[in-house]
Amino acid sequence: MLKLIIRRLLGMIPVLFIIITLTFFLIRLAPGNPFANDKAFPEEVIQALNKQYGLDKPLHIQYFNYITELAKGNLGPSTRYAGKTVNEMIAEHLPTSLALGLIAYGFALILGVSIGIISSLRQNSSLDYLSMAIAMFGISIPSFVLGPLLVIVFSLTLFWLPPARWGEPKHLILPALTLSAIYIAYIARLTRSGMLEVLRADYIRTARAKGLTESVVVLRHALRGGIIPVVSFTGPALTFLLAGTIVVEKIFVIPGLGRIFIEAANSRDYFVVMGLTLFVSILLVIMNLLVDIVIGLLDPRISYK
Amino acid sequence: MSTNIILSVRNLQTYFYGDGSVVKAVDGVSFELKKGETLGIVGESGSGKSVTSLSILRLIAYPPGKIIGGEVVFDNKDLMKLSESEIRRIRGKRIAMIFQDPMTSLNPFMTIGAQLKEITELHEGLSSSQARKKAIEMLELVGISDASRRIDDYPHQFSGGMRQRVMIAMALSCKPELLIADEPTTALDVTIQAQILELIKGLKEKIGTSVILITHDLGIVAGMTDHIAVMYAGKIVEYAPTEELFSTPHHPYTKGLLKSVPDPMTDQKQLFQIPGLPPDLSRLPKGCPFSPRCSNVKAECQEFPPIKQINANHYSACWLEN
Amino acid sequence: MSQQVNTRVEDTSPVVGSSLWQDAWQRLKKNKLAMLGVVILLIIILVSTFGPLLSSYSYDQINLDRNSEPPSWEHWFGTDQLGRDILVRTLVGGRISLMVGIIATAVSFVIGVTYGAISGYFGGYIDELMMRIVDIIYSLPYLFLVIVLLAFFTKSIFMLFFILGGVSWLTMARIVRGQVLSIKNQEFIEAARAVGVETPMIIFRHVIPNTLGPVIVYTTLTIPSAMLSEAFLSFLGLGVQPPLASWGTMVNDGVEAIAVYPWQLIFPGLLMAVTLFSLNFLGDGLRDALDPQMRKD
Repeated sequence: MLKLIIRRLLGMIPVLFIIITLTFFLIRLAPGNPFANDKAFPEEVIQALNKQYGLDKPLHIQYFNYITELAKGNLGPSTRYAGKTVNEMIAEHLPTSLALGLIAYGFALILGVSIGIISSLRQNSSLDYLSMAIAMFGISIPSFVLGPLLVIVFSLTLFWLPPARWGEPKHLILPALTLSAIYIAYIARLTRSGMLEVLRADYIRTARAKGLTESVVVLRHALRGGIIPVVSFTGPALTFLLAGTIVVEKIFVIPGLGRIFIEAANSRDYFVVMGLTLFVSILLVIMNLLVDIVIGLLDPRISYK
Repeated sequence: MSTNIILSVRNLQTYFYGDGSVVKAVDGVSFELKKGETLGIVGESGSGKSVTSLSILRLIAYPPGKIIGGEVVFDNKDLMKLSESEIRRIRGKRIAMIFQDPMTSLNPFMTIGAQLKEITELHEGLSSSQARKKAIEMLELVGISDASRRIDDYPHQFSGGMRQRVMIAMALSCKPELLIADEPTTALDVTIQAQILELIKGLKEKIGTSVILITHDLGIVAGMTDHIAVMYAGKIVEYAPTEELFSTPHHPYTKGLLKSVPDPMTDQKQLFQIPGLPPDLSRLPKGCPFSPRCSNVKAECQEFPPIKQINANHYSACWLEN
Repeated sequence: MSQQVNTRVEDTSPVVGSSLWQDAWQRLKKNKLAMLGVVILLIIILVSTFGPLLSSYSYDQINLDRNSEPPSWEHWFGTDQLGRDILVRTLVGGRISLMVGIIATAVSFVIGVTYGAISGYFGGYIDELMMRIVDIIYSLPYLFLVIVLLAFFTKSIFMLFFILGGVSWLTMARIVRGQVLSIKNQEFIEAARAVGVETPMIIFRHVIPNTLGPVIVYTTLTIPSAMLSEAFLSFLGLGVQPPLASWGTMVNDGVEAIAVYPWQLIFPGLLMAVTLFSLNFLGDGLRDALDPQMRKD
């Protein structure tokens, strides 16, 4: 297992290198400049700023410098917020996005798996059809439509929860619900189809023939195999979850990484865009590795040789 | 009724419903099994023999299948009338099953130890460590060497024959009064088949279990069973003591089956095959279901033949005279 | 063989043969939700194509005196902050959204099918290399790259087509490759090769048509996901640019005034949800109909 982890971590280096190089040149080859947008700056000031951030050097030197700094764990300065480094910005805003993402995914797992199991046990009942129709609705309704609708209902009509506030735990409820809706739906569908497949397996018949109660058959014998598709889905889900936080943070005015990213992209804050893209990529690779490890633990037939 | 009888199945009917058609997989099956005896149920695939065995323990999944009629009397109780929790106390404890494919019948996600332990923990109330001891004991009994170490292995670490041994160990853990073995050797190599059959035979004597052995292979039942029931299209078409069935078969289908077993003693140039295909259970012909493939068809065969007693222990469902 | 073997086989009643497509159509017709999806989609396509022509307003006709009016007889869906008719804008936005969905899917279809077919057909090193590239692209945080691309380069609608199409071909390529791998060794392909048919001819005439089932299913499901991506980007101000409207931009405009003028968000938002809902149901229905093995029951 340790070998697998080391090999996978080494294997991610070339992928990350491709990402760094791709983003770096993509950004630099694009027209514009972090300071050219602000028309208030006279030409000399822009030149001075370029010099200060090392943007006046030839591109390949800049690339080399960036990689060198990166090797030291230094993601560079923000060109928009003078005096702030990308490392500081991530440290400052990550906890917010992380809390939001984790709560949303936890929500989705608990609700999605429960709905999926119940649906699979009552296959083709009206309860099953109803939950699957709702799940389809969850998949179809974009988060930026659902979020505002929730605000209209719960904040502006019922006055239960505040719209667009941040700081207290209850301010997390609507954003987390908005973010998790689509995953509840996906996970419910995946659990249902995974469970249906497993429930047809011969070994489930064996378990029933042993006289085990239905709950033991389902929870001890079927669930383990049935939720493997859900675990595999967690990797790709994270990509979309991260993108989803961008939207949710915008709707609910939450100071997270997603908003920083969009701001940075729009203002050509080179190092912030680079740093966040890289950070997200590393997060993804690690998450995919974790998923593989969990699947390995769940399914003894998979061996890493 | 004799108290000597452990299981009595009467007019069992299990139908499967799908897309507007009804498949009468088991349609009026009746038989009795004496304590300590072994009954073989023989037939082609789709003849209803597996469905019969699953119906006894009410393991038919609904939908699409449903037991729509009949009685299964075990220990003076009709199993069809028991509550879910009452039948669960019989499953695995008093009536145990072994299934056809040992590759898929064990849970691939659990160690065999966990799968063996849960049955004695449930029915005998053993503690975890007692159940583990019992499991090792059972594994040794079925001939798995180094049982105390292998108990923590997963099914995929065992060969097919070994897995079937594990299944047998599991089935016999609670010393059931009846063991239903549904094609226990079909998925195994020929050399392993004999070992498994010997094992079942030996343990049957040791534990004193009655056995229902389901198979499509007449060669297997010959040395194992006391009686044989031959099934065709959801019905028992012939029932006789094993020796008598082999020596004086009555039903044309049984005769065909016997002829298609290769006999190395005679100088056969080619194997006999029963002509035609197994019947489509959703579109059975009128009258005797075997009539389209029968070489002795008569006018009466348009009517369904009643089961006739040929002698004290021999029954056959055919219009043919002796 | 024994003479007896062949007697009476003709007694078993013949199974009525029907083609894969007829079968699939029969199954699809039985799926009420999928058929409802088809009907709703047809209505939405018709109305958003011809509806704006019947209106006396145009999508970019500003009337500041009548801004943010609630729904009325004159403006069924109300007006936006610039006094534009929301009904017409929603319909025009629907056109754009559907167009982006369809064109982006077409782009992903062409790239994915070609790439997958080549990879699967040639196999060996070529296949390994091509699939390794797909794996690497898979591990990129592509939505972030898309955001970077759109923010740093031009935000034109053509860019959207190609970027969205360009990122959604990966799964298609994998599906096609898998299908091709399983088909290419079948006898009729061998037969075509034996009579000297050229390789591209074999790929396009024989291999691709036989991979169609799963490809159609995946294509149907790509349309809503491309539409969703477009709306997502437009919502962030990176997609369709004003004065042109798409459902995403309209929701974005509506969010700002959600407390006061909720209709500015609700109408385009719900119409979009209904459209995606229908497309997803149709896609699910098609999957069940075309590929019974993939059935989720």
